[in-house]
Amino acid sequence: MKPAPFDYVAARSLDEALAALADAGEGGKVLAGGQSLVPLLALRLARPDVLVDVNQIAGLDRLVVDDHRLVIGALVRHRAVELDERVRRAFPLVSAAAAQIGHVAIRNRGTVGGSVAHADPAAEWPTLLLALDGEVEVASPRGRRVIGAGDLYAGYLTTTLEADEVVCEVRGTLPEGRIGTSFLELARREGDFAIVGVAAVLAREGDVVRHCRLALSGVGSTPVRARGAEELLAGGPADDAAIAAAARTVADEMDPPGDIHGSADYRRKVAEVLVRRALCAARDEIGTVVAQ
Amino acid sequence: MTEQGNGNARAARGVPIESVRPHQFVGQRLRRKEDARLVSGKGRYLADLVVPGMRHAAVLRSPVPHGRIAEFDASEALALPGVDAVFTGRDLIGKVGPFVEGGRLEISPMLMEKVHPEVKPHAMPVLAADDVHFVGQPVAVVVAASRYLAEDALDLVRVDYEELPVVTDPEAALAPGAPVLHGHLGDNVAAHFVIASGDVDAELGSAPHVYRGRFEVGRQASNAMEPRGVLATSDRGTGDLTVWCTNARPHLVRTFLSEMLRMPLDRIRVISPDMGGSFGTGVFSEDFLIPFVARQLGRPVRWVEDRSENLLVTRHGRDQVHLVEVGYDDDGRILALKDRFLVDAGAYNQYAITVSYNAAAHARNQFDIPAVRLEGLNVLTNKAPVAPVRGAGRPEVTFMMDRIVDIVAHETGIDPVDCRRRNLVRPEQMPYHADIPYRDGVDIVYDRADFPAQLAQLCDLVDYGAFRKEQAEARRRGRRLGIGFSSYMEGSGFGPHEGAVVRVDTNGHVTVYTGANAHGQGLATTLAQVCADQLGVTPEDVTVRMGDTSYIPYGVGTFASRSAVTAGTATGVAAGLVREKALAIAAEVLEVSSSDLELEEGTVKVRGTPSRQISLGEVARAAAPGPRSRLPAGMDPVLEAEHYYVPPTVTWSSGTHAAVVEVDEETGFVRVLRYLTVDDCGQMLNPTIVEGQVHGGVALGLGEALTEEVIYDAAGQPLTGTYMDYLLPTTTETPPITVAHQVFPSEVNPFGIKGCGEGGAVGPPAAVANAIVDALRPLDVRISRVPIHPERLLELIEEAKAEAAQDGRPSARS
Repeated sequence: MKPAPFDYVAARSLDEALAALADAGEGGKVLAGGQSLVPLLALRLARPDVLVDVNQIAGLDRLVVDDHRLVIGALVRHRAVELDERVRRAFPLVSAAAAQIGHVAIRNRGTVGGSVAHADPAAEWPTLLLALDGEVEVASPRGRRVIGAGDLYAGYLTTTLEADEVVCEVRGTLPEGRIGTSFLELARREGDFAIVGVAAVLAREGDVVRHCRLALSGVGSTPVRARGAEELLAGGPADDAAIAAAARTVADEMDPPGDIHGSADYRRKVAEVLVRRALCAARDEIGTVVAQ
Repeated sequence: MTEQGNGNARAARGVPIESVRPHQFVGQRLRRKEDARLVSGKGRYLADLVVPGMRHAAVLRSPVPHGRIAEFDASEALALPGVDAVFTGRDLIGKVGPFVEGGRLEISPMLMEKVHPEVKPHAMPVLAADDVHFVGQPVAVVVAASRYLAEDALDLVRVDYEELPVVTDPEAALAPGAPVLHGHLGDNVAAHFVIASGDVDAELGSAPHVYRGRFEVGRQASNAMEPRGVLATSDRGTGDLTVWCTNARPHLVRTFLSEMLRMPLDRIRVISPDMGGSFGTGVFSEDFLIPFVARQLGRPVRWVEDRSENLLVTRHGRDQVHLVEVGYDDDGRILALKDRFLVDAGAYNQYAITVSYNAAAHARNQFDIPAVRLEGLNVLTNKAPVAPVRGAGRPEVTFMMDRIVDIVAHETGIDPVDCRRRNLVRPEQMPYHADIPYRDGVDIVYDRADFPAQLAQLCDLVDYGAFRKEQAEARRRGRRLGIGFSSYMEGSGFGPHEGAVVRVDTNGHVTVYTGANAHGQGLATTLAQVCADQLGVTPEDVTVRMGDTSYIPYGVGTFASRSAVTAGTATGVAAGLVREKALAIAAEVLEVSSSDLELEEGTVKVRGTPSRQISLGEVARAAAPGPRSRLPAGMDPVLEAEHYYVPPTVTWSSGTHAAVVEVDEETGFVRVLRYLTVDDCGQMLNPTIVEGQVHGGVALGLGEALTEEVIYDAAGQPLTGTYMDYLLPTTTETPPITVAHQVFPSEVNPFGIKGCGEGGAVGPPAAVANAIVDALRPLDVRISRVPIHPERLLELIEEAKAEAAQDGRPSARS
């Protein structure tokens, strides 16, 4: 389990990193926390020619929390998000999700930007990004651009990022008004990739659901938004029956993979269960008594 | 804890010492001598060892499960700068022989005579020369200046395989027309035996009810925290070989090396450095390959297994299918057990019938079953070889038997604890003659024990009545809690022997040398406790040295819950012999009768005249050869003694476990909330160490019950190559474990010791399965396989619900 040979560039600035990546062409790879890349190197499943280490670059680690807007620098570690009180108050689903990434040692090392760019469909950050209607800001020698969450993921471990682009910042929002959120995962051990994960956001006016976002991990080659269920709930009540009815539709919206941890059929079944539970938890977080 | 007498006053039966001294340090919760060093990072593990000029090896392994090597081309690899050599199986022919690991060693002549097992020996080549039989089988070794370079070179070695048909399922492997792994064996049956007690067919014929079922236990990897490794160096001048290896049986490795490399034993020294676990897994190709390569190249060579290799080949265990018929009556009494079972041995059955016979010998468990018939088959498949991993057959049969007891309870409408109690061997039946021989060939007689009291103690510990109330309350709130029990027997302290040399230096410090070795068991502490008591010193005065063939001529090693019993007894006896010798020498020095002397805390004193005393160091100086020697006439110099303990048979430890679980009915997920054990391992040498063994064993057993499985696809490719897919439980999955004890000292050895290394791992599969079934009542969920995958459990729940709906009643059964 020793990596194949590679060159290593410890970039001191973003420009240096971008130049090194541009030089490397398709053979370059960005090294941030190394959470996923280092095991892939050790197993020789990834064989980049050049590793561009971005850890020393200043300015990529800010964490800004407004009431409804979250801005996370690409180099912010999962653990920093998990422990941030502002995040816990304004974005409790983000705190909950961060706490379920691997184990503490992994969370101390792994970065938000790295996880978003690695695009594992069973991971927490890509799913959160969808639930937060988020976007990423990326840099390249051509300048900066912003990619919406819906346009970022192209397939299993694949994004629409160019080989010479580096993720600089991840941003997300929650709707204003009375909202409730939740993040639930089903994994066979604490810290494992989810068999299915659900991020839910509910906004209500009176007893009526004004807005709903549901994002799922583990049920496709990318994280997915359950648009059908969202639409079914919007404009109606958030009682148990409505939630159960919405949850029943999610299985039809997805084409989950099957592996030794759960077949496609099993993932569909538990996705329904988890969506129902996540929506109920989000609703209950709003703190309103709901008529049965 | 119940104290049922102790071995203090017992005569030193069958051992050459005049008396056994009372336990003083034995039984104390002494802190482990080794911990300060090990937990502060000062241990010396194999990968810490560096020898000047050392080169690094990497092993090329077969990517195909069954094939013939057609082409082999290492030229590109050899051209890589820094690469020293590439050896293939063909390079080894005639130079280093194949090995038949356990076949000749593990079957006792007495067992051969009584059971007549059919065992078909077949050797495993150190490197495959022609055919490969499982993914991961070593086919070549590269030696280079670094491990990185060696792995780069592995990428460049070209091997073309002609692929052959594959069989991965033991039942399919027995079917006519199945691919035969080793042609000369005729079929895929590597071993077969039958043992019986009573007339099973008659009992089944007359039993009021007969249950027929099938139980399966999945394949589990051994997963020592430290992967294996070997470092070998051959002296340039003498050719003497020194081998460091992470192996619990250094003397056995030396014996094999001597035969395979055709070298005298005394020119080979095998050393086991600090080791991070072993779990019983035996000897391996690399143990011979690396010394061979080092000799060929004339340079030290080190190979360190990585975790991928470890998960692939470092001895899996379990993987059994049991097909049973059970006769029982309306009172829940089990009358007969007929079990035909298959051990999926993988591609080479290297341990003869060790695992399968161990399974059979433990099948009857703590239950008084009038008639049993057990038929075991070791079947070859294109998977990695299976070995006796911690538990070694016991978890499999215990899962089967304890599920059966629960099923009988359900069928007869009797409370599961009550049904269990009705079947237990009763105290008045002790010593209980099981009427079948153990693995050593000696007829099984259960050591002193009280199984109903053990169950009662556990029920008190778990507060069974209170739990049933809690369960009912939880059910009203929609939570599914359940409790399950398991009991087991643990034949422990297997022979054929273990030895100890106890020596006192001229400062009075004591060193114990033994052929057992430690890889987590705390033997440096427990053997010091035994030695201190029998010699008359304190444990601080004693250093225990092990894991080196230069220390003692013969050694067996640490596995099979044997070292506390065998090395413990050998140490105690040798220490007693040293004490007797010290008293005799002191009598000469002090000019009194040795019967007037006592030896305590390292000082020999004349009874009643405390001013007349000499230290043990002075005695040792009087025992040194030379003009100042004060040895009695005819006595050999040096204050030391050597004793090899040859156990007459095994000791029988036992235990009962309870698991409390919560089941998520909608997802099939199971959480173990509490785990409780009551065990009897006789006179405990150090209760803290015993409890550590139980904790570790339970964690392993919970993995077996719920998450851990080595999975192969139908084409023979392993699917669980990393810890993302092989789900080893961590502290977050391990519940609080409550450990309590019964103490029935063994009558087999003079110190009352029984083994405790494996019991913790034996109970959890059955206890957890029974708890899940209990949680889901009144649904009749039929768990017959571990590990219990959530998806499978959800299917079982849905099946049971459908069946209940169809029958219009909640609990139904055909």
